[in-house]
Amino acid sequence: MFWINGLLNSLAFGAILFLLAVGFSLIFGLMRVANLAHGAIFMLGGYIATSMIGFGFLAAVLAAALACAAFGGLVERSLIRRLAGRELAQVLGTLGLAFIIADQCLLVWSGDPIAQPAPALLRGTVEVAGVVFPAYRLALIAIAAIALAAIWLLVERTTLGARIRAAVDDREMARAMGIPVSRLFTTVFCLGAGLAGMGGALAAPVMSVYPGLDAEMLPLALLVVILGGIGSLSGAFVGSLLIGLIYTFGQMLLPDLAYVILFLPMVVVLAARPQGLFGRHMA
Amino acid sequence: MTALQVNNLRKSFGGLDVIQDVSFTVEPGERRLLLGPNGAGKTTLFNLIAGDLRASGGRILLQGRDVSALSTSQRAACGLGRTFQILTLFGRETVLGNVVMALLGSSPKRWKPFGAVVHDTALRRRALSVLARVKLEGLADRPIQETSYGEKRRLEIAMALAQDPQVLLLDEPLAGLSKEERGTVSALLEDLPRSLTIVMIEHDMDVALAFAERIALLNHGRLLVDGTRDEVIADPRTREAYLAQ
Amino acid sequence: MKPLLVLVVAAAAMPLLLPGEFYLAIATQVLVYGLFAVSVNLIAGYCGMVSLGHAAFLGISGYAFALLSVGAGWPIWAATTAALGLTSLTGAMFGLVALRTSGLSFLMITLALGQIVWGIAFRYVDLTNGENGISLPRPDGVLLHGTGLYYLCLAVTAGCMLFVTVLTRSPLGAAMQGVRDQPRRMSTLGYDVWAIRYVSYVLSALLAAASGILYMLTFRFISPHALSLTVSSEAVLMVIAGGLGTTFGPLLGAALVVLLKNVASAYTDRWPTLLGLIFLFIIVVVPEGLLPGARRLLGALKARVVAPDNIGANLTRASRIEGARQ
Repeated sequence: MFWINGLLNSLAFGAILFLLAVGFSLIFGLMRVANLAHGAIFMLGGYIATSMIGFGFLAAVLAAALACAAFGGLVERSLIRRLAGRELAQVLGTLGLAFIIADQCLLVWSGDPIAQPAPALLRGTVEVAGVVFPAYRLALIAIAAIALAAIWLLVERTTLGARIRAAVDDREMARAMGIPVSRLFTTVFCLGAGLAGMGGALAAPVMSVYPGLDAEMLPLALLVVILGGIGSLSGAFVGSLLIGLIYTFGQMLLPDLAYVILFLPMVVVLAARPQGLFGRHMA
Repeated sequence: MTALQVNNLRKSFGGLDVIQDVSFTVEPGERRLLLGPNGAGKTTLFNLIAGDLRASGGRILLQGRDVSALSTSQRAACGLGRTFQILTLFGRETVLGNVVMALLGSSPKRWKPFGAVVHDTALRRRALSVLARVKLEGLADRPIQETSYGEKRRLEIAMALAQDPQVLLLDEPLAGLSKEERGTVSALLEDLPRSLTIVMIEHDMDVALAFAERIALLNHGRLLVDGTRDEVIADPRTREAYLAQ
Repeated sequence: MKPLLVLVVAAAAMPLLLPGEFYLAIATQVLVYGLFAVSVNLIAGYCGMVSLGHAAFLGISGYAFALLSVGAGWPIWAATTAALGLTSLTGAMFGLVALRTSGLSFLMITLALGQIVWGIAFRYVDLTNGENGISLPRPDGVLLHGTGLYYLCLAVTAGCMLFVTVLTRSPLGAAMQGVRDQPRRMSTLGYDVWAIRYVSYVLSALLAAASGILYMLTFRFISPHALSLTVSSEAVLMVIAGGLGTTFGPLLGAALVVLLKNVASAYTDRWPTLLGLIFLFIIVVVPEGLLPGARRLLGALKARVVAPDNIGANLTRASRIEGARQ
């Protein structure tokens, strides 16, 4: 029972991590921008959803995702673009943004944790083979699986995806082939930020939203990307599951040292494959 | 003992074979030209020999010693020097400062955490004598940004000479030079002592063919022809490789 | 070396010039954070590896010092030695992990490592007292007065800056800067690029550890906040504001950030927002550091007054400076 519950919680947390990390990984893979505001955007999504819950859960999640996507696009157009070609400046710029977002959230939503009710439909439990599962967590796993499939289809099966892949492989070549790389960047930034916002909104009923959530989630997203490999969809997926498992079981078994245990997979993976499990060679 | 020996060298990037089963030997003091159309894998081969890339298979022997498992810096310590096709200089330093960096690289002093480099007169003297070999001693204290492209090309060679290598890999030492500068550099290459073994990639056929004693022709990552200058020039496959382009 | 001497003499006269204890306390904080910034500058400015997890070293050293001197009752010198040793050891371990990569991946891994240590300070309550932190008792001896503490901090910070200055001019220091600018050429020349980065990283951790001890002696209190991403980022900001890879840049940057923080705290508790805005301002407007940046902006202003066409040339120069920095 303990193990099955732990496993379910791990998967649910892994699902949240996936929504957070996949956007980060996409943005990094395509644009070589490590968006350190990603954790703050996740938190912002959570807060927006708590404020919009009056319109229903689905509307709240959608609003969070759209608002964060729009915000991401704005950041790309106004800041990232201005610093084009300067990797360090871009990273530090997003770091500065992360501070501003987190502090403004504190101003707007105060310092107290805000609990978010799960939608009425998913508040109960589901019994499978004699084991009782909370329905919302199962739904989270399903949503992450759908997101994985959707992103995979988008990247592998659509024109937009083909363009993204081309630009990841060779940006200059893509430009020469007439792909609007600049618009593509904005699109991917919107997509990544929207997914993070949606992740925050969906995580709210499980984790609630509180100041410091951003600083807690960002390193986990970084770990997922370091483990899985930058720009890799399967890497983000496997990395999320791995970190979800290790973090959840770590907290259940050794609450004091859950963070230290996170260190271990990173050491092992970096020792064997510095480019990550699914990563290609790094620059 | 051969100066450089490459046995069944292979390199693939994600399933794409860029170097396939290449073998050749270079005798001490030899001038060897590496020929081949663009994309033939010449620079990749240099990167494999220098250690910047790890081979997928095969062995590399330097002065009879297997260096396949060694890092770039260890191979440098074994007497391998190289120049880069794209200028790779220390842009914030002076001309002399660049050579000093090269000299320190092969000296145990490089780990010394005290004693200002600029006050090391012995080091400065050695650097000046290296610069004299490429006729740059007059520009010793000029910042890199204020030197011409041709002077940078010569400095690129001086950096490699400063390491006092036994085997020198020259990657297009004449690339982008004017006719006059080409004359200067090729004369400089002619003057290098015969104790030094040289493998060169170069597209300027006049200079390259005059310089080389033996030629290895590479195409699509394979070694097509390997022989004396006249043999390779006369070989129909040479013409084919270049005509196909 | 001479400017450093002048600065030390000027700083030594500070307690006589400053109008009161409050200002002396701020000057002391500048020295503490200045040393921390010096440690970040060693790895980021001279070796080209930007770490966003350096607060971990300050924190580990501070906690170790507090726990050993108060908790275990060790004498100050023993607690100091042990804290420095333990932190260097942690640096040696983290270096093995983080230096498997470079560039942005290095930055991300150091950030993650820093947050892991922060998590330990926060969650491992039995050891660290969690959010409530650890206090040192009232000081005795020379540290009883602010002046004594100030001179101690001055001596340590100036000593460390002297060490860094000597190092950066030495062959090893030249190698570090070579690795920053042309890593590929360096390995071709026979330098072990990884080892040079590793040595710089561990030395930088040691300097951060020294700043951690000063931090403990100055504030006499440490909590997980001292290890947070905010503190690591502030140090990076100090270094960039003062000028990456310069001798006095970190100290100048520390003075700027500490002063702003203290002035701002009188009017607003929105420091993180202000910090973020300063970050954006520095990065967008004066990426080469405040002093060179101000000089460039003044030059551009003058050029605009004289001949509008020169602005382009000035901007080109600025972007070249920035390009060389990358």
